[in-house]
Amino acid sequence: MSDVDTSAFQQQVRRCGVIFAAVACVTLLMVGTAYAPLGAEALRIGLILAAAAVNASLVGGYLMHLFSERRAIYAVLVFTAIFFVALMGLSVWAQQDHPVVAR
Amino acid sequence: MDIPYTVQPRPDTGVYNAKVGMWLFLASEVMLFGGLFSAYIMLRVAAPEGTWPHGWLSIPLGTLNTLILALSAVTVLLAWAACKARLFDRYKFLQGITLLLGVIFLGIKGYEYHDKLTHYTAVLKDGRIADGHLVSATGSEVVLKGEFVAERSDLADRRGRAKSHEEIRIARDQVQKMQRYGPAYNTYLALYFTLTGLHGLHVIGGLVVFAFLWGPGSRLWRTDPDRFTNRVEVAGLFWHFVDLVWIFLFPVLYLT
Repeated sequence: MSDVDTSAFQQQVRRCGVIFAAVACVTLLMVGTAYAPLGAEALRIGLILAAAAVNASLVGGYLMHLFSERRAIYAVLVFTAIFFVALMGLSVWAQQDHPVVAR
Repeated sequence: MDIPYTVQPRPDTGVYNAKVGMWLFLASEVMLFGGLFSAYIMLRVAAPEGTWPHGWLSIPLGTLNTLILALSAVTVLLAWAACKARLFDRYKFLQGITLLLGVIFLGIKGYEYHDKLTHYTAVLKDGRIADGHLVSATGSEVVLKGEFVAERSDLADRRGRAKSHEEIRIARDQVQKMQRYGPAYNTYLALYFTLTGLHGLHVIGGLVVFAFLWGPGSRLWRTDPDRFTNRVEVAGLFWHFVDLVWIFLFPVLYLT
């Protein structure tokens, strides 16, 4: 066992500790937002989903190494993102296409 | 015959084959969960105002599960880092912790499922509605721990409402309809069980792979540690995806 290997591992431990702390803080912030009397429901949902997106980028970016990945992986993800947006877009489009029924 | 590029990166992609394969698989998984999330959005937006359930799930338990899964994502990354640093004992410890955290996650989820599947709404012949957890059911009587409500819509928003633990005894012949909080109860619970059930299957799948890599599969370490390290990495990528899905499931189902 070389010292270099151990120090690299220890560095990774510290980094992961910081990421976990950040994810935990954002999660608690998200839960706090759910209880907060913000008034507008849309604002509350928007803030909660924004916090979820921050958590997702921390996990994807650091833990899945997406901030420093190869081009081939990015290419796969770009296509995935395009199809995902199209999928969600189709849902929204279909929703707009419903006849308005008076309740 | 040797399978090429299990350790060395392919010259054209710059990564070893299993990693590209895992990312392609995860791309298909994004579309699978994307379809279900899009169904959720459509059904929620189309729901008449005031009918979409709120506060039906335990936020403390959901938060705990989020933190457990996030911690397991960290331990699985550190298990891979331990392999890279040639610290096999550390790998065994960290991968064991990951397995344990995954099992705890499933245990909490199982408790939540049990809580829902023992919760009933009984519509009585006199028009009253009883809602609560089933205590006992015999041929002549049903006992629920809960409350009476005037309208079914009174059950929709439970945010900030104290749980009622009043014991309600109902004669069987007074029950017009009784339904438990299963997938058939309403659209919200159908989506809840579908989304979390599929996610739970992914957790189980990940745990099976981790258990293999922790147990019999770890023999590869002695003969080809680099290849074993890559196996741990791709299994870890899958686990991170499972964590990512939960990161969105938690706010969507529990908080909004």
